[in-house]
Amino acid sequence: MSERKLFAHELEEILDAFLFASPSHRSIERLAEMLEPLPRKQQDFVLRAARGAAKTNTELGYLIATLSINALDRLDENAFHEWVIAGLDAFDKKGLRAAVETLRDLDGFLALRAGRLHASFADVEQRLARFVLGLSGRPLALKSGVYPWTDTETIFLPERLAHFATAEENRRLYQGLAVQLWAQTRYGTFNADLEAAIAGWPEPMEREQALTWLAHLEAVRLEACVARDLPGLGALLCELRGAWPTEMGVALADLQAADADIEDTLRWLAHFMAAGAVPPAPTFVGRLEPGIAARVRGDRIVRDTETLKKAIGALKGVGGKRNAPPNDFKAERNQETGEIEVRVDGEAVKLPDDARAAAQSLLQDLGKVPPEALSPAGDAPWTPDDRPKQGAESLCSGDSAIRYDEWDYHRNAYRRAWCHVFVTDVKPGEGHFVRETKVRYAPFIHQIKRRFEAVRGEDRILGRQPEGEDIDLDALVEAVNDRKSGAEPSARLFCRRVRNERSLAAMFMIDMSGSTKGWVNDAERESLVMLCEALEKLGDAYAIYGFSGWTRKRCDIYRIKGFADAYDDAVRARIDGIEAKDYTRMGVAIRHLSHLLGLQPARHKLLVTLSDGRPDDFGDEYRGNYGIEDTRRALQEAREQGIRSYCITIDRQGADYLKHMMGPASYTVLDDVKKLPLKVADIYRKLTA
Amino acid sequence: MTTAQLRTLTPELETLGAEPYYQPVGDEVALFEAAATKRLPVLLKGPTGCGKTRFVEYMAWKLKRPLVTVACHDDLTTADLVGRYLIVGDETVWLDGPLTAAVRAGAICYLDEIVEARKDTTVVIHPLADSRRALAVDKRGELIPAPPGFMLVISYNPGYQSVLKEIKPSTRQRFVALEFDYPNAEMEAQIVATEGGIDLPMAQKLVKLGELTRNLKGAGIDEGASTRLLVHAAQLIGAGMVPAVAGTAAVARALTDDPDMTQTLDDLVRAVF
Repeated sequence: MSERKLFAHELEEILDAFLFASPSHRSIERLAEMLEPLPRKQQDFVLRAARGAAKTNTELGYLIATLSINALDRLDENAFHEWVIAGLDAFDKKGLRAAVETLRDLDGFLALRAGRLHASFADVEQRLARFVLGLSGRPLALKSGVYPWTDTETIFLPERLAHFATAEENRRLYQGLAVQLWAQTRYGTFNADLEAAIAGWPEPMEREQALTWLAHLEAVRLEACVARDLPGLGALLCELRGAWPTEMGVALADLQAADADIEDTLRWLAHFMAAGAVPPAPTFVGRLEPGIAARVRGDRIVRDTETLKKAIGALKGVGGKRNAPPNDFKAERNQETGEIEVRVDGEAVKLPDDARAAAQSLLQDLGKVPPEALSPAGDAPWTPDDRPKQGAESLCSGDSAIRYDEWDYHRNAYRRAWCHVFVTDVKPGEGHFVRETKVRYAPFIHQIKRRFEAVRGEDRILGRQPEGEDIDLDALVEAVNDRKSGAEPSARLFCRRVRNERSLAAMFMIDMSGSTKGWVNDAERESLVMLCEALEKLGDAYAIYGFSGWTRKRCDIYRIKGFADAYDDAVRARIDGIEAKDYTRMGVAIRHLSHLLGLQPARHKLLVTLSDGRPDDFGDEYRGNYGIEDTRRALQEAREQGIRSYCITIDRQGADYLKHMMGPASYTVLDDVKKLPLKVADIYRKLTA
Repeated sequence: MTTAQLRTLTPELETLGAEPYYQPVGDEVALFEAAATKRLPVLLKGPTGCGKTRFVEYMAWKLKRPLVTVACHDDLTTADLVGRYLIVGDETVWLDGPLTAAVRAGAICYLDEIVEARKDTTVVIHPLADSRRALAVDKRGELIPAPPGFMLVISYNPGYQSVLKEIKPSTRQRFVALEFDYPNAEMEAQIVATEGGIDLPMAQKLVKLGELTRNLKGAGIDEGASTRLLVHAAQLIGAGMVPAVAGTAAVARALTDDPDMTQTLDDLVRAVF
């Protein structure tokens, strides 16, 4: 039974109801006439879409209704729906004009939808992030932004690029942009005060022009720098940009010279601005945001200087004599190797890793290591920031019987019985998370079990047995000798295969802080399921505990599976119930869980941490170096107890503090949280093979 | 027949004829010579492929002593090191193991990747590595004192160890330790050019590639490219391969099996060549 289609006057009535506010109101009559010939189903379709859009903006609703006659010819139902969404998205992000353009450009939409044209940031993010990590001397983060630019610590790239005809070429464009922005930081674009340089053109139009010229001229210089060091990338950039705009011809040779720096670029900038020339349109060249970049850079220089000073302060006693004249510190860049050498009284000394990185960073930023960074830091004065915030702690409930010391690196001593630990069970979850995960990952779990069996099944051969599968030749030879020499030969002439005993206990420490909510929490729980399946196969003793907390007086440890628990439904229910809680006071968690691990009889003990970021707690005290130093100290204490530790983290910015916190051999950074379940079992296997 | 009448077979040891190519980085040569003079055993630590074995060969040549190398693994038994009885025809003979042969001849004995061996095997070297300087051959009831020329050298890679394998303090505290690392860029280029048989600019590009891969350590690969891998790539280029192909085969594919990392390493190879 089909409903009849709606007639024009009926359509007009309906349209009127939600488009009455539209300035195009008078054309509703014509619109209704256009919609009349459509079959009822399509009419409903259009009306529904238009009504929905009109809720956001009536103009949009009108436009969608108008354009849909044409659209329905070329789009099927799903595509039509996506087209409407694309228009609404464009409205949300960029306003009415952009939405109108998007909706009108049906060809463009169809091509985009076929996926042929554009590349999106999400597609390239992972691969580019690893690539930039390989290139850079300093870790740079990648984020999406409106246009391509960098603030010297993050590279911002547009959400979507559709400049070229194919997705592949657009991905290469992403790579080219990322390389250019990396080069800005690497080759010293921000080493001069750019704000001061363009202060000469305060008027907004002129300022825009100056910035565009600056971006172009720097691009010439930077591309030449890149081409010298990495010829393959130089070729890529050259290919992407085509020919340099002719207006810039006169400056090319100068800026491409090996000794050109930002000052040369600024000279040319002045030249072009004075001549009143209009800069070429920015296409492949990133924008410059000198103000923000200067601020970020300034903060970093202060941090690096502090690190270097502290390291040199530690070296202060290098002379070893009392009342000796103050040491003379010099830092030079070795011309041949390009690395920093620090000399104390003429003798070269080796700096710790973080100080060396700080010195390299200062060298990159400033071109040299400033003298104030080389004067040793005195004993740091007690700064108010590190004072514990009294207010928050008084909110916490009563004291705990389980207390642990905490390491205060400022005073180089422990704070006694500082942290209160509360151990509870995780509240069992309702759902069937474990079962669903096992179904979803069934092939991987099967693979894991097979691989882990291979690890477990290592046999040892016991010789000199009274019976066994094979003859022990050594024993036999001796027996022959003994008989010949008149002694009584032994009867233990056989060898037997015996299963090798793995004596290993593993404690898994799961970050349950608030920041894990969402993806990370899911990934953590999935990883646990995979791990449990593998560990059950291996037969190692293992325990799983979560940790979180809120100030030192409320450090929570959540039991998911104790060493004595079997992997049963109760444990599975608790894995299901893991949720994101509060903060991450890592030091005390390590101490308590190491204590539990230490009670195990196994010969080898392993503490594995699954975390999404750095140590942190309420108030500012734990978040910075204090927390890192306390965690490091706790791990050292564990080591002294004979416990090895390993950290698996999803914090891509982890590279700078993890090495210090955990020691060079003991961590892995995963760039994609969704890979955690797939990789965690492998990591464990490699660790304990 | 008493053990004294048993025939003993000992492998023949020779000193190295040609000078092995080795580029000193710091004062390791002087330290090794000092340890040799004072009859101290030496422990070499460092990542794979950074010159430890080549260094030992060089020092053996320099000090004009024979060199015995043993690659350790976890099936290595004490008998494999010290020696065993064999029945040859109707005759029982004793065959010296590499360690015993080195001790008798006053040679340098180099145990490579010592952590791979089981602990009960490793302790055999303890009496050789302290002031006793003697090797106990229990099966013959013999205690062989080491002549002044004998020197014990062991090596391992502290970087990525399994928790179940590490050097015990009772072992490591008997040795003088030398730390090895990849040489700086200029020196590494020199080494790659000489060992690989290519010109210096190409060697510098390979070294640059190595540097980029080392930035990825911990983020997906355990170790960046070692000097040895770069030398392999150089040799392939010398044999006529296109540099990008040589880089991919000798470096990128050798470092990892993970598809994401392989992609990134390929990107880096293309960035350089």
